[in-house]
Amino acid sequence: MTPTRIFWLAAKIVAALWMAAAGYAIFFIAPDERTMHEIQRIFYMHVASAWTAGIAFLVVAVAGLLYLVKRDPRYDWAAISAAESGLAFTTVVLVTGPIWAKPIWGIWWTWDPRLTWTFVLWLMYIAYLLIGTLVEDRNRHGVLRAVYGLFAFINVPIVWFSIRWWRGQHPSPVVAGAEPGSRLDPTMWAVLFFTWGATLALFAVLMRGRYRLEAIRGATEELRQQAEDSAPAHSDAPGLSGADTPVRASLI
Amino acid sequence: MASQTQSVREQTLSSVSDSAPRLWPGLWAIFAKEVRTEFRTRELLVTTAVFALTVVFMFSFSFDPTSEESRRIGPGLLWIAFLFAGTLMLEPAFLREQTNDTLAALRLAPIAPTAILLGKTLANFLFLAITEALLVPVFAVFYNVSVANVIPGLVLVCLLGTLGIVVPGTIFSALTAQARMRELLLPLLLLPILTPILIAATEATAALLSDPPEWPSMALKLLAGADIIFLTVAYFLFDSLLEE
Repeated sequence: MTPTRIFWLAAKIVAALWMAAAGYAIFFIAPDERTMHEIQRIFYMHVASAWTAGIAFLVVAVAGLLYLVKRDPRYDWAAISAAESGLAFTTVVLVTGPIWAKPIWGIWWTWDPRLTWTFVLWLMYIAYLLIGTLVEDRNRHGVLRAVYGLFAFINVPIVWFSIRWWRGQHPSPVVAGAEPGSRLDPTMWAVLFFTWGATLALFAVLMRGRYRLEAIRGATEELRQQAEDSAPAHSDAPGLSGADTPVRASLI
Repeated sequence: MASQTQSVREQTLSSVSDSAPRLWPGLWAIFAKEVRTEFRTRELLVTTAVFALTVVFMFSFSFDPTSEESRRIGPGLLWIAFLFAGTLMLEPAFLREQTNDTLAALRLAPIAPTAILLGKTLANFLFLAITEALLVPVFAVFYNVSVANVIPGLVLVCLLGTLGIVVPGTIFSALTAQARMRELLLPLLLLPILTPILIAATEATAALLSDPPEWPSMALKLLAGADIIFLTVAYFLFDSLLEE
C-alpha cells in the first residue's frame, strides 16, 4: 500500500466517524430550539450541506479555469468529481429544506429567492454532468464542461441578486450578517461547525473516490486510443509500434 | 459553400496587412457571410418566427386570459417565447459549418477565433432581434396590451435581453455542435444559464406594460449587469473555444 492509499483509507474512516459524531451532536448535544423544537435539528445538516456544496462548485469553476489554461485532463477529472459531489450535497439541501418547511411554513415549497436559486443551481449541475454522456470527443467535452462550469458559477450570484430584489421567505442569516437579536446559541454554533467539518470530510472522500474512477476511465481511453493508432502498423512491427507516437488526428 | 468560405478568406486576406489577424475585418466578414447565407433562404428566420408565434398561441389556449390577466402573465409569456425561439435559432449557427465541413476552413483563415465567434454572435443578435420585432406587435394585438407609448423602453429591454441570450447562446452553440442529441443538450445547458435574463427582462417588460407604465430602472440595471458579465467572460473564453 502506498502512503496516499493509506492516507485516503484513514480519511474514509475519519469521515465516517466524524459523520456519526455529528449525528450524535445534532440529536443529543445541540439545545432544543425555543419555538420549533425537534424539527429545528435538521438545520445543521441543511446549512452544512449548503456550505459544502458552495465550496464544491467553487472547486468546479477553479478546476475548469485551470483546465482551459493548461489543458491537463486531471483538472477536468477534478472538476467532474467536485460537481458530482456538490450535486449530492445540493440534493441534501433540497430534500431537508421541504421536510423542515412543511411543518413550519405549512407548505413543502415556495418560489422564494433562496429556494429558486438552489433549484436553478441543482438543474445547472445536472446539465453539467450530462455533458460527458452526450459529447463523444473527450477533448471537446472537457472544454464545454469547463466553460459551462464557469458560466454556472458566475450565474449563481446573478440569480441570487435578481430574485432577492423581488420576493423572500427563507429564514434570515444566523451566522454572518445576522441581526443582533437572532444570534445562534454558542452550542448550536459549535454543533453547526462540527457538522460542517463532517460534510467537508465526506466531500473530500467522495471527490477523491470519483476522481480515481475518472482517472481510470481516462487511462482506459488513452490505452484504447493507442491500440487504435497502432492497429494498422500491426503487420510489420507487432507489439509496441505506435505506442510511442500517440498523435491525435487534428484538423490543423 | 466552399467558394463562399474562399471569398471570406480572400476578403480577410486582402484587408490584413501584417501577419497578426486583426479583429474588425474578420468580424465583419463573418457577420456579412452569416447574414448573406441567411437572407438567401431566410429559412431560420421564418422557422423561428412561426415557432415563436405558435408558442404565443398555445399560451392563449392554455390560459385563456382576460385583458387584465394578460397584462400580468404577458411579459413572462413573451420572454419564454423569445427564449425558446433563441435556443432554437442558435442551434444551427455552428451546425451549418459542421455539416458543410467549413469550420476547419474558417479556422485556417487568418481570422482571430474571437472574430469568428463575435461575428456569429452579432449575426444571431440581428436574427433574434428581427424575430422579436415581428412578434411584439402580434403579441400586443392578440393579448390586448398597449405598447405604443412605451416603445423606446421596450426596444431597450429587448436589445439588452437579446444580447444576454445570444452571447452565452453562441458559445454553447459552438461547443455543442458535435454532440449527440445536441437539439436536447443546447436548451438543457442554456435555459438555466439564462435564468437571470428571463427574470430581469420579464420584470422590466411587466413594469413597462403596467397601467400606468413605470420605468424599470432596477430590472434594467440587472439586465445590463448580466450582459456585461456574460460579455466579459465570453471575451476571455473566445480564444480557447475553437482550438482543437
